[in-house]
Amino acid sequence: MQDDKKNAAAYWSANLRLIAGSMFIWALVSYGFGILLRPLLSGISVGGTDLGFWFAQQGSILTFITLIFFYAWRMNRLDKKFGLEE
Amino acid sequence: MSQFMINMLFVGGSFVLYIGIAYWARAGSTKEFYVAGGGVHPIANGMATAADWMSAASFISMAGIIAATGYASSAYLMGWTGGYVILAMLLAPYLRKFGKFTVPDFIGERFYSRGARLMAVLCLILASVTYVIGQMTGAGVAFSRFLEVSSEAGIWIAAAIVFLYAVFGGMKGITYTQVAQYVVLIIAYTIPAVFISLQLTNNPIPMFGMFGTHAESGAPLLQKLTEVLVELGFRDYTADVPSHLNMVLFTLSLMVGTAGLPHVIIRFFTVPKVADARWSAGWALVFIALLYLTAPAVASMARLNLLTTVYPEAAKEVVNMDSYDQILGNSIQYADRPEWVKTWEGTGLIKFEDKNNDGQIQFYDDTNKAFAVDAEKRGWAGNELTVNNDILVLANPEIANLPSWVIGLIAAGGIAAALSTAAGLLLAISAAISHDLIKKTINPNISEKGEMLAARISMAAAIVMATWLGLNPPGFAAQVVALAFGIAGASIFPALMMGIFSKKMNDKGAIAGMMAGLGCTLLYIFTYLGWFFVASTAMLPNTPEHWVMGVSPLSFGAVGAVINFAVAYTVCSFTAETPQYIQDLVESVRSPKGAGAAIDH
Repeated sequence: MQDDKKNAAAYWSANLRLIAGSMFIWALVSYGFGILLRPLLSGISVGGTDLGFWFAQQGSILTFITLIFFYAWRMNRLDKKFGLEE
Repeated sequence: MSQFMINMLFVGGSFVLYIGIAYWARAGSTKEFYVAGGGVHPIANGMATAADWMSAASFISMAGIIAATGYASSAYLMGWTGGYVILAMLLAPYLRKFGKFTVPDFIGERFYSRGARLMAVLCLILASVTYVIGQMTGAGVAFSRFLEVSSEAGIWIAAAIVFLYAVFGGMKGITYTQVAQYVVLIIAYTIPAVFISLQLTNNPIPMFGMFGTHAESGAPLLQKLTEVLVELGFRDYTADVPSHLNMVLFTLSLMVGTAGLPHVIIRFFTVPKVADARWSAGWALVFIALLYLTAPAVASMARLNLLTTVYPEAAKEVVNMDSYDQILGNSIQYADRPEWVKTWEGTGLIKFEDKNNDGQIQFYDDTNKAFAVDAEKRGWAGNELTVNNDILVLANPEIANLPSWVIGLIAAGGIAAALSTAAGLLLAISAAISHDLIKKTINPNISEKGEMLAARISMAAAIVMATWLGLNPPGFAAQVVALAFGIAGASIFPALMMGIFSKKMNDKGAIAGMMAGLGCTLLYIFTYLGWFFVASTAMLPNTPEHWVMGVSPLSFGAVGAVINFAVAYTVCSFTAETPQYIQDLVESVRSPKGAGAAIDH
């Protein structure tokens, strides 16, 4: 029983670390590159405009998709590693 | 065959398809009615979620808004997609593990309180009802444009179709019709976009064409667009916004609102496993992104197309900027305007007034004071052409000279977008009433058959109410989206998140948090938009100078969510601790193991 609890706690903190890392990238591409850091990226031009504009209208969405699939893949591996899969 | 007949054929054909699917997938048990039996494949669920999510506003209005405001509207693109990252990591898998039928079900059980459940039902109904009004009016507009009926008749037709497949099919019928509706709407959206991209940039993929080279002038497309816009006094398409804070908060509000909207969350209850809920969120975003990555391309290309229709010479290569005076002086004669302008003039959505009596069309920003001198030098006496933002997507096939069946397809697509969202919202409302109010609160002894009947009756009642509100919109169609997102983001999302991520959060904290989040958000929105959207009762003018710290009422959902968290944790620290069995419940929600057993209750 005690081992089960420890195992579950370790699984949960691994999950939280994964979420924290993913959410950092999530915020970086949208709020960072797309909005707040856009002035800093204005020197990098992409097809008639700058990199920040591309992140705001395309790059952030593409990153979001990658993040979700990455998270799903890693979590499914974590489920198995901790023996908690269905 | 006339355009009307073609439209009838496409729209009628799509209706036959939806009703056929609904008959095949009709619900036989409450589990099928609420969560489609919990056996939907994650990819099919992703498609259904995408159709559920993409409303008439996404399909018809979004590209128009982006075209009009450029970079500033990126908040819609990031906000309405970024919410799925939150859903996939913070909500969907755990709520699927919990394995019940509705969102208030989770809040009621997790916070071991009838008050929390009722509070969640209230928030859910407020958010969903305000949202469904927009869908009904959107369907009415699409019908009236393409089927040449009045928009009232259009709303009645929409209500009848939704009634047929939602009341009988429940979630099972809705899920599979939404899959079909997604296919219809995405084909309708992308075909004209591909052709326009080919015409303007020789690149068949709009999302690449947008950052490619404008074929006629040889300049990058966005650079060309910005150049012409600035010469006409319009705002620079790619320019930064005045307030970063407001844009960040607006984007965040749309994200947490997306994650908190109940009709999207319940879609993740329909997949077989927790792992499927994670994959399914990814697939949903892939299907949504097909439209959302195309929308900004459609926006910039349609805007450039509109400008070069009025000023044909502006499409050519311009080496010397001074020559723009002459180029823009040679705008087209009103008499020579293209056929699609004439069609849309008939609907009143394009208007022309020859203010300087030169027979030509002048299209520029006459509200830009800095530009007034230049305009006068050119002999212009004011902007002569007004174009409604909403027509961009609908008029796209005509602007690109595409065959008339594409117009029929757009008609069916616009209607599919409105119907699929309306059906999802109506299901969320009816499940909250029949399951959370009747079964879990008023009459726990109700039989399964009785609950099904109650669900169908509340669905029918919700459709009647939505129809009535669609016919008599309370004059705030544009603002309701802000309200729905504000409520969902400030009340439902924080409650769900704390329920999963904090074992210590107790009933009183959660209820106080929801009340505070909901209350502050309503107060802030009503202060600027009027109490219950009666404009005359607004207490402050809705302009940036009067907003608190420059935060627009549209952006307040994120602030409401922060207030919700703060109040909940404060109250929680003064009140009795969470009982052990609830802490165990949270523990079990966090682990995927044993989810199969949980649903067969």
